[in-house]
Amino acid sequence: MKAEHKTREMVCIVCPMGCRLTVTVKDEDVTVEGNRCQRGEIYGREEILAPKRIVTATCRLRDPAHPRLPVRTDNALPYEHIQSLLGDIYELSIETPVKAGDVLIENYKGTGISILAARSVPGD
Amino acid sequence: MRTETVDTLVIGGGAAGMSAAATLDSRGYSVALVERDDELGGVLLQCIHNGFGLQEFDEELTGPEYAERWIRTIGDTSIRVFCSTTIMEINLLEDGKKECFGYSSRHGVLRFLARTVVLAMGCRERNRGNIMIPGTRPAGVYTAGLAQRLVNINGYIPGKDVVIVGSGDIGLIMARRMQWVGSTVHGVIEIQPYPSGLTRNISQCLHDFKIPLYLSHIISRIHGRDRIEAVDVTPLRNGVPDYSQTFRLTCDTLLLSVGLVPENELSKQVGIELNPLTGGPLVDSMLMTNIEGVFSAGNVLHVHDLVDYVSAEARLAGEKVADYLEGKRPQREIRIKPGANVKYVNPTRIDPDGQSEIYLRPLVVSNNIYLTISLNGEVIKKQKKPHVQPSEMIKMTLTPKLFQQVEAGQEAQMEVALKDES
Repeated sequence: MKAEHKTREMVCIVCPMGCRLTVTVKDEDVTVEGNRCQRGEIYGREEILAPKRIVTATCRLRDPAHPRLPVRTDNALPYEHIQSLLGDIYELSIETPVKAGDVLIENYKGTGISILAARSVPGD
Repeated sequence: MRTETVDTLVIGGGAAGMSAAATLDSRGYSVALVERDDELGGVLLQCIHNGFGLQEFDEELTGPEYAERWIRTIGDTSIRVFCSTTIMEINLLEDGKKECFGYSSRHGVLRFLARTVVLAMGCRERNRGNIMIPGTRPAGVYTAGLAQRLVNINGYIPGKDVVIVGSGDIGLIMARRMQWVGSTVHGVIEIQPYPSGLTRNISQCLHDFKIPLYLSHIISRIHGRDRIEAVDVTPLRNGVPDYSQTFRLTCDTLLLSVGLVPENELSKQVGIELNPLTGGPLVDSMLMTNIEGVFSAGNVLHVHDLVDYVSAEARLAGEKVADYLEGKRPQREIRIKPGANVKYVNPTRIDPDGQSEIYLRPLVVSNNIYLTISLNGEVIKKQKKPHVQPSEMIKMTLTPKLFQQVEAGQEAQMEVALKDES
């Protein structure tokens, strides 16, 4: 990794406490201040180096009573892939029957993250 | 007309209704579960974001996934489910039974004869009329939950340029959702000086998209003839609008996320007494309303911020209904009232001889405050809370040990307060 130096203020989203973190990257060292627990340090570190989010959306479903199927990533996806993933989800068109947990897109762009159906629709 | 005779009629097939019904079935009672939508699940079906189930299932699920777990549980029981059916009338018969009429596109008119009723109708959104925004009445003004349903269930995008009123969690979640369907959110306007949603939602739904949050601001006018074209935003100075600082945001859609109210039209019609602090029925330690045999749980009782709490409360209601059907009644009850910095406590009475779950809503944002329980003026329990805020309800378990000093027959009153170091 290239040597860099930056400081960012952020709010920890791990639990409702909402600790205000100051995260500093100097060369390859990351320091997290303001956290009240270990999880806050992990969050601050990930958030500044490679932020990730669970993505939930809907895609087209070929069922007259349920035109949209809710979908989710099975784990948090690196931030930079979110927009393109949403585009790909909106291109999907799923036939019934579908079951919650069915894999709709596997290992998205080699991230290891898959996109799953979030509900079952039996169809006729 | 078909008549269904059951031990319990549960009105509402969302998180609360399914949980109460499942509990009653497991205790061996016959249950009819009535839902006005075409399938069970309630509002969970449109809440496609994750964050549900950490307490109930020890997993972070989306709304539809959380609903589906319960729907499967219901499917494994002998509960009679009536979807597409709306209960319009409850009559109290002389023998104590409840006669309820349901109207259904699927089943026609249904008559239910039940020994007990559980009200689990949930809540509804406050709307433009409730906050009285001046201006024209164009299209494009929606409550956030309605927009959520349009996007997530029906697949319609209500507009491209969005302003959101209120920083409650539904509004924040919808801000992210609108961005993710390709619309732009130009701002969230909050009348309070602090956000009313969870901090994590401010972070992941607003900061991630650089959406400005205007605290201590109001929408002072809506512009547009057929379709909304813009809103005027005015800052508050010492609680009063400072019109000299008004600015305009162009938009084609305004979403309102300005609070929820328990849906109690049916309750009022039968003469159920409501708690002005919660908008829900006044209930005793069995979660029973002032009408013998009519119980209540979930968002119709008081608005919860976690569905897990709704499921837990309704499970308790189910147990209490079963106890009631077995003829069990509390020997005595202690009244509870909200003290300093507490908006309300639910239920308003508890049975000191059994374990009770109480829920309270704070009035303040504070770190390191003490939750203090006093009985007839004397402190009996103190618990340090690292962080409280109005958007996060506090749940608490009380054991009979706490009330040993109260003698049978003695009049006792408990107060729950949030106090700084004392």
